[in-house]
Amino acid sequence: MKRFLYELEESWRIAYAQMRSNLTRSILTALGVVIGIVAVTLMGTAIGGIQVGFDKSMAVLGDDVLYVTQWPWKPVDDWWNYRDRKKIQTEYAETINRMIAATPNSNLMVAVPTSSLMRSIKYRGNQVENVFTLGTTSDFTVTSTIDCKEGRFFNEIESRSGAQVVVIGYDVADALFPSESPIDKSVLINGHVFKVIGVNARQGTFLGLFSWDSMVAMPLAAFNKYFDVKNELDARGENQGQSDVRVKVRDKTKLIEAKDELTGMMRRVRGLPPEKKEDFSINEQQAFKSTLDPVKNTIAIAGLFITGLSLFVGAIGIMNITFVSVKERTKEIGTRKALGARRRTILLQFLIESTALCLLGGFIGLAVAYFMCFGIGKAFPSFPIQFSFGLVIASMIVSVLTGLVSGFAPAWSASRLDPVTALRYE
Amino acid sequence: MDARQSVRQVGPVVIDIENITKDYVMGEEIVRALRGVSLQIRRNEYLAVMGPSGSGKSTLMNMLGCLDTPTSGRYEFNGRDVAEMDDDELAAIRNREIGFVFQTFNLLARATSLRNVELPLIYAGMDPESREERATQALTDVGLGDRIQHKPNELSGGQRQRVAIARALVNDPSIILADEPTGNLDSKTGEEIMALLEDLYQRGHTIILVTHERDIAAHARRTIRLRDGVVESDESSFVPRLETVAAS
Repeated sequence: MKRFLYELEESWRIAYAQMRSNLTRSILTALGVVIGIVAVTLMGTAIGGIQVGFDKSMAVLGDDVLYVTQWPWKPVDDWWNYRDRKKIQTEYAETINRMIAATPNSNLMVAVPTSSLMRSIKYRGNQVENVFTLGTTSDFTVTSTIDCKEGRFFNEIESRSGAQVVVIGYDVADALFPSESPIDKSVLINGHVFKVIGVNARQGTFLGLFSWDSMVAMPLAAFNKYFDVKNELDARGENQGQSDVRVKVRDKTKLIEAKDELTGMMRRVRGLPPEKKEDFSINEQQAFKSTLDPVKNTIAIAGLFITGLSLFVGAIGIMNITFVSVKERTKEIGTRKALGARRRTILLQFLIESTALCLLGGFIGLAVAYFMCFGIGKAFPSFPIQFSFGLVIASMIVSVLTGLVSGFAPAWSASRLDPVTALRYE
Repeated sequence: MDARQSVRQVGPVVIDIENITKDYVMGEEIVRALRGVSLQIRRNEYLAVMGPSGSGKSTLMNMLGCLDTPTSGRYEFNGRDVAEMDDDELAAIRNREIGFVFQTFNLLARATSLRNVELPLIYAGMDPESREERATQALTDVGLGDRIQHKPNELSGGQRQRVAIARALVNDPSIILADEPTGNLDSKTGEEIMALLEDLYQRGHTIILVTHERDIAAHARRTIRLRDGVVESDESSFVPRLETVAAS
């Protein structure tokens, strides 16, 4: 064991001396690994970022909220069975709330109606098209965490009275009010005047999934007064408006019971006889997640595979240079063997040389990747980037493994050299 | 008294070779480098192996140095059968029992004298402090106590060979195997190296010298001549007996 440690120490010393005396060659070879590690690390960072963005979007949905919708949140093969379902009415929310109040120990807390349309918003010279415009009640804050950067969400009085007030997303505020506070300013939504009472904190966007940044929210009563969800047709004649009911669950560990309860309530709302199938869907975050997870994983695997190829090219460079090193030092290997170096000793020596090169490349690559992440984070603040300590460890392990794998063939051939032949080699 | 004339006590058998052969396959042909060599070498001997090129001299040296194993025949080193050993066992024998001195010195170019001499001790698993102490001592013994931090390219040819001899000595081996040790040196430096080997012999080391030069071989007490893979002659300049003749 002790001998192994001494041999290990000796091998590191040789590797260091070797890299120093062949500096240019070592740096060029390590460059291959640098590029590989940068690619893999950036990919890892991007994947980490996607995960974070995904989780953030999921958090918007809330893991304790059930969504009553016409379409289920999963791909369906028999779309014709869903197309003709009756639309979800915002009025259901009130009915469900009454039912909840009448049910002792209900698993449900509150139902919130939402209606949405795409609208353009204008403030003086600035205009934003296709803003996701949401009409809801003040209970909305219960189902979704709303974090106002400035101002506040509308309250119950405003909600009931249909006050012409609006809470706007970060990006909307940024576009309409580049240099002033939007609070108490009046904006025009399709020609109707609304007063801005709150601005949401920045959330970040990801793959165009749910984000408050490009939304505005107003009391449902005001929304219904000016916009007609049911008859809203876009250029292709399709209805882009949508109404849902979201229901907050009391205890998220009892999501299944809550779902059953809500299903029962909705059947009563719809007046369905027991033998008829449901003509609505109840979704939760989990269903959405299980649809998107495979997509996310495929992106991750494909990305890592492709960037892994560049690391592979770097590894081939290391293997090549280790072969050259073995060839150049055949006589030295012979001498070492004559002096009592065993096969293992020689194997170890060259493995450590290749590993040292890879580690060098790994360190430089990691540093480069870190600064690139920093730069990307500064240049594109909305792009989610996650540079983690785990990633550092992972890329170091990858470097070492690359060194071991790429160095093995040459090191093995060196360790098997016949001492007589090696000593005679010129 | 001339040291050359002294008769010294000869110890037990270190190397015992019986009828060894070595065949090499060169393409289609089989080259029979050794065709049955028998030899006994005792502790405290100073032996020269001579012969023209192609005589099997190098092959025999490789056998004696445990760098290679014979095709057939028996080889015992300190009573241990070497002929059947695997690579790592041979490496251990070379490390502990044999000190090599090469014609081309074979020093590690980027390492200091000290590090070069330490190498066999590293492979023997010795701790760093003892290693440095032993290596420094060995370098002092060959007269390079003031050159321990020099690298080979900062040393003369003779000094390099001294470092190599110190490296051969440092693990206190049973034999020192010197292959044309003066081949790359001018004659004056060569004589200095031979004087150093003589000194080591006087201090009780066993030395096997492989050379094709008569002058160099003349330093040894016993000379073996090889021709066509067999021992042609085996002459001693004194009778190796277990008795001490009083120096007078």
